[in-house]
Amino acid sequence: MKALVAVKRVIDYNVKVRVKADNSGVDLTNTKMSINPFDEIAVEEAVRLKEAGVIDEIIVASIGPKESQEQIRAALALGADRGVLVQTDAKPYPLQVAKILKSIAEQEGTDIILLGKQAIDDDNNQTGQMLAALMGIGQGTFASEVKVAGDTVNVTREVDGGLQTVALALPAVITTDLRLNEPRYAKLPNIMKAKKKPLDEKTPADFGVDMTSKQEVIKVVPPAERKAGIKVGSVDELIDKLRNEAKVI
Amino acid sequence: MAILVYAEHDNASLKKATLNTIAAAKQMGDDIHVLVAGSGNQAAADEAAKAAGVSKVLLADNAAYEHQMAENIALLVADVAGDYSHIIAPATTTGKNFMPRVAALLDVSMISEITAVIDAQTFERPIYAGNATATVKTTEDKVVLTVRTTAFDPVAAEGGSASVETLDNIQDSGKASFVNEDMAKSDRPELTSASIVVSGGRALGNGENFTKYIDPLADKLGAAVGASRAAVDAGYVPNDMQVGQTGKIVAPDLYIAVGISGAIQHLAGMKDSKVIVAINNDPESPIASIADYFLEADLFDALPELTSKI
Repeated sequence: MKALVAVKRVIDYNVKVRVKADNSGVDLTNTKMSINPFDEIAVEEAVRLKEAGVIDEIIVASIGPKESQEQIRAALALGADRGVLVQTDAKPYPLQVAKILKSIAEQEGTDIILLGKQAIDDDNNQTGQMLAALMGIGQGTFASEVKVAGDTVNVTREVDGGLQTVALALPAVITTDLRLNEPRYAKLPNIMKAKKKPLDEKTPADFGVDMTSKQEVIKVVPPAERKAGIKVGSVDELIDKLRNEAKVI
Repeated sequence: MAILVYAEHDNASLKKATLNTIAAAKQMGDDIHVLVAGSGNQAAADEAAKAAGVSKVLLADNAAYEHQMAENIALLVADVAGDYSHIIAPATTTGKNFMPRVAALLDVSMISEITAVIDAQTFERPIYAGNATATVKTTEDKVVLTVRTTAFDPVAAEGGSASVETLDNIQDSGKASFVNEDMAKSDRPELTSASIVVSGGRALGNGENFTKYIDPLADKLGAAVGASRAAVDAGYVPNDMQVGQTGKIVAPDLYIAVGISGAIQHLAGMKDSKVIVAINNDPESPIASIADYFLEADLFDALPELTSKI
């Protein structure tokens, strides 16, 4: 079986985000970029399935600027076999990304397609579901456990109120939640080896996908600031403030 | 054209998230239809018909929809979509699961978790874990979006008298099936709709301390109990209690954060609360910068005192 894993280059989750003064977006100059944390979990799950003998080959794809190859190399260092970079300077909207991933998945004949449940920049939580819809196959979103048995995969999903397990016919799309696994760190020799692994470079046009979206971000502003709070000296003072000033209890 | 709202329900009754979503829909147009898809869900449909501002309820009652599997629900919604300009669902795990599928089936882009309606095509939504707010405009013929329910006050549950129309549209993808579910049992109010939330963090030290310190205060206030990701990952409490970017988004009247440092991912889930109280022994912790009232104290002393005096 082959697996396709999609990874996105995003601002590192530890970086404090700054909105640009002209409100055109978030300032990404000279900021540390990384693999989206949920995608790292997707790579790790694919590698574990390979180690368990379920999967023979892992293809990792990224759609974005040329620098996204750093994130593909990082995934190769974690154990993926080869990469596909679909280079574009356009903002990658989920529908367009899903269309490209569909082409790759069908060309490669992949049985399991793993994505993170959402990217921490746009917080959309759409691409995996859109991909599954375009391919007409099942989806296991927000996965916290993945068990492959024959031509079926059982996915335990984190839903409001608890956990739900679904059975999906393969091929299927799985999007990862935080508790699926703990991603490993790349070892130095593997980082060196990853540099020699194959990496195909493509463009959206190779897949016949137009990256323009009918959705447009008009402006980006910082969230409304909360007014400064006060420090209370005792439990009694806290209760008094909540009762008489905030009137919430 | 009319607006279609997808109802969140458990087959027996409507969930409040639906009323918040109808409120958001009312800011986009007047003719609001509610789709109640499930199995044995007549009661939930009747409830939806009573909600203020609803002009028609579509009832799809079939075993194929019992567990709200995205594969089947998306086919159903895409099939009835032709009559609607807007298709809207609450940004619950159900809505997040099937709505992007609907958008892809209709070949349109989708807007996730809107927090404000500027006009029928323009919306605000948080990005970067709530550290920025984007204004997004769409020129799609059909606007497909999910609504962050805490950003909209619910419409009244009573007062409407919509007609209920039964759909005989049965969609079964055959690609996915329900196996089982394991739902956490709780007598407390639901986290996302509670007016008061008491949350504990890693500083609680273990699960027993949640029961011993957090629960009594929550019981006295009639509050829901939440947790930080650190407390969930440490196994103190189940993960459906997690408040944050990757857990639940809450906006209660009062949020009490106990032993929570206030990492970005946690703040993204609660910073729109009306009043935030933090009880922490570290005045430098990030939670202090957004708390309306900060009590620098050892939680193991302060909580029993607070519980006994309230």
